[in-house]
Amino acid sequence: MTAASLTDADAKTSVPLKRRLKRAERARQLKAFALVGPLLLFLLFTFAGPIAGMLWHAVDDREVRQVLPQTVASLAGWDGKDLPDEKTYAALAGDLQAARAAGTIAIAAKRLNYALNGFRTILISTARNLKAMPEPGTAKEALGKINPAWRERATWTTIRDASGPVTGFYLLGALDLVRNADGAIVAAPPDQAIYREVFARTFLISLGVTVLCLILGFPVAYLLATLPPGRSNLLMIFVLLPFWTSLLVRTCAWIVLLQSKGVVNDSLRWLGIIDEPLRLIYNRFGVCVAMTHVLLPFMILPLYSSMKAISPAYMRAAASLGAAPVTAFLRVYLPQTLPGIGAGSLLVFILALGYYITPALVGGAADQMISYFIALYTTETANWGLASALGAVLLLATVLLALVYGKLVQGQQVTGGMKN
Amino acid sequence: MLKRKIALGFIAALGASAALATSAQARDLTVVSWGGAYQDAQKKVYFEPFKKASGVAMNDESWDGGVGVLRAKVQGGAATWDVVQVESDELAVGCEEGLYEKLDYSKIGGEGAYIKPSVNPCGVGAILYDFVLGYDKDKLKEAPKGWADFFDTKKFPGKRALRQGPKTTLEIALMADGVPPQDVYKVLATDEGVDRAFKKLDTIKGDLVWWKAGAQPPQLLASGEVAMTSVYNGRIDTANKNEKKNFGMVWDGALFTLDSWVILKGSPNKDAAYKFLDFAGKAENQSKLSENIAYGTSNKDAAAMIQPAVLKDLPTAPDNIKNAVEINVPFWLENIDKLTERFNKWAAK
Repeated sequence: MTAASLTDADAKTSVPLKRRLKRAERARQLKAFALVGPLLLFLLFTFAGPIAGMLWHAVDDREVRQVLPQTVASLAGWDGKDLPDEKTYAALAGDLQAARAAGTIAIAAKRLNYALNGFRTILISTARNLKAMPEPGTAKEALGKINPAWRERATWTTIRDASGPVTGFYLLGALDLVRNADGAIVAAPPDQAIYREVFARTFLISLGVTVLCLILGFPVAYLLATLPPGRSNLLMIFVLLPFWTSLLVRTCAWIVLLQSKGVVNDSLRWLGIIDEPLRLIYNRFGVCVAMTHVLLPFMILPLYSSMKAISPAYMRAAASLGAAPVTAFLRVYLPQTLPGIGAGSLLVFILALGYYITPALVGGAADQMISYFIALYTTETANWGLASALGAVLLLATVLLALVYGKLVQGQQVTGGMKN
Repeated sequence: MLKRKIALGFIAALGASAALATSAQARDLTVVSWGGAYQDAQKKVYFEPFKKASGVAMNDESWDGGVGVLRAKVQGGAATWDVVQVESDELAVGCEEGLYEKLDYSKIGGEGAYIKPSVNPCGVGAILYDFVLGYDKDKLKEAPKGWADFFDTKKFPGKRALRQGPKTTLEIALMADGVPPQDVYKVLATDEGVDRAFKKLDTIKGDLVWWKAGAQPPQLLASGEVAMTSVYNGRIDTANKNEKKNFGMVWDGALFTLDSWVILKGSPNKDAAYKFLDFAGKAENQSKLSENIAYGTSNKDAAAMIQPAVLKDLPTAPDNIKNAVEINVPFWLENIDKLTERFNKWAAK
């Protein structure tokens, strides 16, 4: 066989080399994918699915449409200027009769009550008092007699705005905004506008705890990384011990320590430093102390691993080149720990954002973080729309922060302090 | 050939999973209550004797409440619970949402056997209990008489604890401000009434601590953190009995409410569930519960079987219920979201 005939044979198989290469490449990719497939599926079902469900709940608004279908259809053609026409009133009367028979009134009443406090009573009592379908042409009068609210435009705009199938109502609510009767987005009334403040509080507490963890954790991590193995292992156990203790136990331990007749106050009184017990718990101070304690290991471990990788020769080299200790630390050591600082801070901050148990037990009424409200609306009042909207806003804010943060940390290319 | 084998295997697997699913359906009766000392008492007088008497296999679990939890269970189609004890607002909302079976009272002794507030189409009363003013007799020289004293930090120095949130807190503030118990909800239904309640709360804002779980108030009293607190009456009783505490309580102006048994919609163990409810509804069994933990019960004839010494410490004793207010469920269903927001606004100021 000559070389020429070889290429002929190749040509006869008619699959060019490039394509065969691609095929082999694809097979390899598929194999690699098959290896992570189970994990991907698991994540899809346990993580992506529920999050998508939550985001959907934040905009889903089909309750009123299901319970009052004719009314919703009839209101679609309403200009919203004066009261709706007789036909709409008759549609509502029919819907109420049907819903009362099916026992679904409360579902719509609950949803409308979110938008207009008192609507629950209006709808349920109207359905109860509407013994029979009004005579044709008298529905408007009959409903107005049962409850004067049916003579008001706001009652009807509320139903119209809750007609679904999707709504921005909950998301706006999570940002302290409402739509007024004319459809313009305006600020919520001051005694109901609390969520921006709660979000700000959540981020502030998380930031404070992150800074505290960094200040306390950095020296500890440095010590761990530089001590001889025997002693550093002992220290490491001290760091990991709280990590292995239940969160609830640690939180309750802080209650015992910080309460007004607790260990700390009693010791201070015994030493004569104070006469009156200090308020160390059920306030912001207690929340920050307990959360810092709980989250400290998450800061120390990434710092430790990044410091472990830094050769002590660098600092010696810097010293031999005449750098003062502080300069050497700032320009040689610190830049190399930045990845550890970055990872630790991000970890602590994001974990702190979702904290629930600790602030609930050691915080006051003014220290509850957003998770408290999400839990309240999820389980207690079952206002899943608002709970999901608060969750969605928190998720978005966290993702944005993480992105900004990633950009910042990436910009800090580690150059061992030798940029110039 | 191979394809057919795979198909057969697939069908077999499906069949097996279907069989597994049905076996999951055919599970034991599961009864869910509130845990702690209360559920221990229920185990003693309801669960264990019921198992013995009826031969029905049952197990019990505990939960922390929240109608959202039940909604998720029923709508998710994986309800692993049959009979659940719920609070009054969970009963009302869940009933409206169709989460519970409509009860057939003929299977549990008839409506006439129970006190009126405990008869509901979706559930039957289990216990009646109060939020009372609790204090430590060892620490206060003089006994407080009611909510007005709770707000008097000059005469009774020390911090106070209330349940976090507007419910019970606003009623207590109004009673302290001189509103008679029977008018509390009339006043609270007006904007001026709500303002008045918050204004009253302002007077001791710096001395207030907020509790969230029923176990906290006795701990706050025991540690001396607070001088007075709102608390479930049963918890005070338990702390005195089991931990040798010397706590006192004030029945005047107490807020009472009922917990009820419900059967979750679509329960595969409905017959066993009715058998259990019938057992737990009998006067002789309920009287034993009251002797173990200081809660009133729903059967009309239960009180007559309880020793007078026990009866005088129950919420259902005539003297104790005289000046008590029933927590108004419809009011809170309508206003809880708005007043929760308002409460938190106030707390953050």
